Amino acid sequence: MCLGIPGRIVDIRGDRGLPMGTVDFGGVRRDVCLAYVADEVSVGDYVVVHVGFAISRVDEEEANRTYEMLREMSLLEGELGAAP
Amino acid sequence: MKYLNEYRDPAVARGLVRQILDTATRRWVLMEVCGGQTHTIVKQGLDEILAPAVEMIHGPGCPVCVTSLEQIDKALNLAARPEVLFTSFGDMLRVPGSECDLQQVRARGGDVRVVYSPLDALELAIRHPERQVVFFAVGFETTAPANAMAVWRARELGVPNFSVLVSHVTVPPAMIAILDAPDNRVQGFLAAGHVCSVMGWTEYEPIAARYKVPIVVTGFEPVDILEGIALAVRQLEEGRHEVENQYVRAVRRAGTPPAKDLVFQVFELADRKWRGVGTIPRSGLVLRPEFADFDAELRFGLGSMEVEEPAECHAGEVLRGTLKPLECPAFGTICTPERPLGAPMVSSEGACAAYYNYGRHRAATAAES
Repeated sequence: MCLGIPGRIVDIRGDRGLPMGTVDFGGVRRDVCLAYVADEVSVGDYVVVHVGFAISRVDEEEANRTYEMLREMSLLEGELGAAP
Repeated sequence: MKYLNEYRDPAVARGLVRQILDTATRRWVLMEVCGGQTHTIVKQGLDEILAPAVEMIHGPGCPVCVTSLEQIDKALNLAARPEVLFTSFGDMLRVPGSECDLQQVRARGGDVRVVYSPLDALELAIRHPERQVVFFAVGFETTAPANAMAVWRARELGVPNFSVLVSHVTVPPAMIAILDAPDNRVQGFLAAGHVCSVMGWTEYEPIAARYKVPIVVTGFEPVDILEGIALAVRQLEEGRHEVENQYVRAVRRAGTPPAKDLVFQVFELADRKWRGVGTIPRSGLVLRPEFADFDAELRFGLGSMEVEEPAECHAGEVLRGTLKPLECPAFGTICTPERPLGAPMVSSEGACAAYYNYGRHRAATAAES
């Protein structure tokens, strides 16, 4: 039930005072409540969405930095592992 | 999809597996708290490939599974009433109550509808002012902001025919209950990433310090989980017990403050009964008195119900991590996804469902014959 999917904000609007937006999940678009992240996101940002609510902004800089570290480590491990 | 597919990269996963196996000088016992993580672990066979280095114990982080039988029976009671339009996340429909489940109530004519978001349930109430729309508000801290917002909006927009049946639980008290148990074997935790997206991780710092267990906030994809395990194993090998964050792309130390704030404007902490586990002090969220108008239990005068669990169901031991699904005598025999005894067999986050759906049962039978 705690499933959360990262998606990209396509537009931001208000619905009777509630910040809402359209979020794109690899081609599938859904209405999402942005109330909890409204102060820190704009169109184009990624958010983690759970039951129709953005619960967290995706920190793209951190994501890219840590993923690159993981990749480099796995390449290095691969080379070391292949050595006789 | 971006920020999802790259965390399923087999080359990176292999590197992490090697690192974990190389680091461990003994076999450590870790618990993944969240049922979503359990499913990734069992589906990918991560527990099997890492078996020499870690034993993975599956935790209680399945809100569907831990919702008490009494709350399920209350849901069934409400859903059967002619004036009620009962709304729920799809996961709850097959959870066995004392006599039947929500799907069977629907088959008998009850108006039970699955919603994607609690705001969809509120919208139904606005569109059907002649009906009493009840939403089954279950979940951990991840879901609490969404459910809190539905109640908040109902008051703001003045929707008198909307109410919620609340069965909210919180993770840290359950971890403490597991660590306090005399038969506890857990030496470190993978904390549930999305719970921490909302709440942050400061609540876990005193737990890590007091019980001397590493707690690693971890995501849900295979690479996330392997990295979480790698960080926990490294801490254990070095004799450290800290809170560490693997899921940096989605979790900050303070969580998402506006979400936390609204949760505690609408809800307050209370003792909560966990199905199969018992009552855990201050482990539940209930509506604050100022939102009592939206409490379905009060609106429909439900009171307390006498319930009794089937004796042959060992869901409680599975949820506490003291019994693996394959060790349960009912697993795959008198308890299957078609005829479940307990919720862990039908929930998409249930450990028994993971073992059954990913063929562990067949593998075990084949090995015996």
